[in-house]
Amino acid sequence: MINIIWAALLIIGFVVGAATGNLDAVTDAAIENAETGVSIALGLIGIMTLWLGIMKIAEDAGIVQKLANLIKPITTRLFPDVPADHPAIGAVIMNLAANILGLGNAATPLGLKAMQELQKINKKKDTATDAMVMFLAINTSSVTLIPASTIGILSAAGATNPTDIIGPTIIATTVSTVVAVIATKIMQKLPRYQIEYEKIKNE
Amino acid sequence: MFISIIEAISRYAIPVVFVGIVGFGLAKRVKVYESFTEGAKEGFYTAVRIIPFLVAMLVAIGVFRASGAMDLLTNALSPVTNALGIEGETLPMAFMRPLSGGGAQGVMTEIINTHGPDTLIGRTVAVMMGSTETTFYVLAVYFGSVAIKKTRHALPAGLLADLAGLLAAIYISKIFF
Repeated sequence: MINIIWAALLIIGFVVGAATGNLDAVTDAAIENAETGVSIALGLIGIMTLWLGIMKIAEDAGIVQKLANLIKPITTRLFPDVPADHPAIGAVIMNLAANILGLGNAATPLGLKAMQELQKINKKKDTATDAMVMFLAINTSSVTLIPASTIGILSAAGATNPTDIIGPTIIATTVSTVVAVIATKIMQKLPRYQIEYEKIKNE
Repeated sequence: MFISIIEAISRYAIPVVFVGIVGFGLAKRVKVYESFTEGAKEGFYTAVRIIPFLVAMLVAIGVFRASGAMDLLTNALSPVTNALGIEGETLPMAFMRPLSGGGAQGVMTEIINTHGPDTLIGRTVAVMMGSTETTFYVLAVYFGSVAIKKTRHALPAGLLADLAGLLAAIYISKIFF
């Protein structure tokens, strides 16, 4: 699916660009965005290093495991294939907490750390586990309490009461998260999304 | 009240987490400095490892945006959205939101400035912004960082959640505003 969507975006973009006389702008966008991608990644190095260091202390001190134990009843249902006291759960929780509080800078390093931990218990390294998909489904459906930058933009545009979007936003984001969890639980059982473990056994 | 509490939590969360973790580590006799540098070693490689995935995603999305294909798409879909009672003006936002956070913010700002921040359309796109996250970006970066190639149901599930969140944002805004 990702291959088709990626190719479609690229091909449609260039074809439509050529048809509408935007071809130069499209080509420029391709080059500019490639540079943006690199600068985003490089910009992450500092904050990534900082959070991975802090998380390692938390792990060695047993804090991550304690945190994981605290909300075991929820995580064992969402991530049944991950041991409840595994460091991955601690990182997942910290990533989701950072997202909820709108701490975008902290969220990405903690999320990548969670993926690394989940990958450690993955039996087939090139294939996503149920736990990874569940984590990303919750993550991408975002539970944000205060959409701070949106309120800022509304207020800059002269809105009378920009904070009144908070209530509707919380409802909408809750809907998307609930759908994400249910969809993931149902889809992971579909035959087309099963992991082919047999191949590993033969290797 | 609610906002100021959340703002206070956001402001103190990171300082408290840092001091708490380092302090607790000391109390547990963890060699905190050594642990920190041991964990931090991975930072550089993790960041660099996501470059190919970021570039692939951002280039495809950037090309699509710059081409004007978004307008064609929204025009083609307007009969469907009209039938569903969705304002066609909000459609570019619906397509941009799962693709690109910065792009969606740009589209939102443009729509708010065109239609006014206190209109239904202005408020709706603001709620849409917070209803979901940039699924493509997150999937590309998170899976890329651990070299997962087969993402199974991650994209369909993520897109379904986006659709639900965006539709919820549109209909809830109709009730609230």
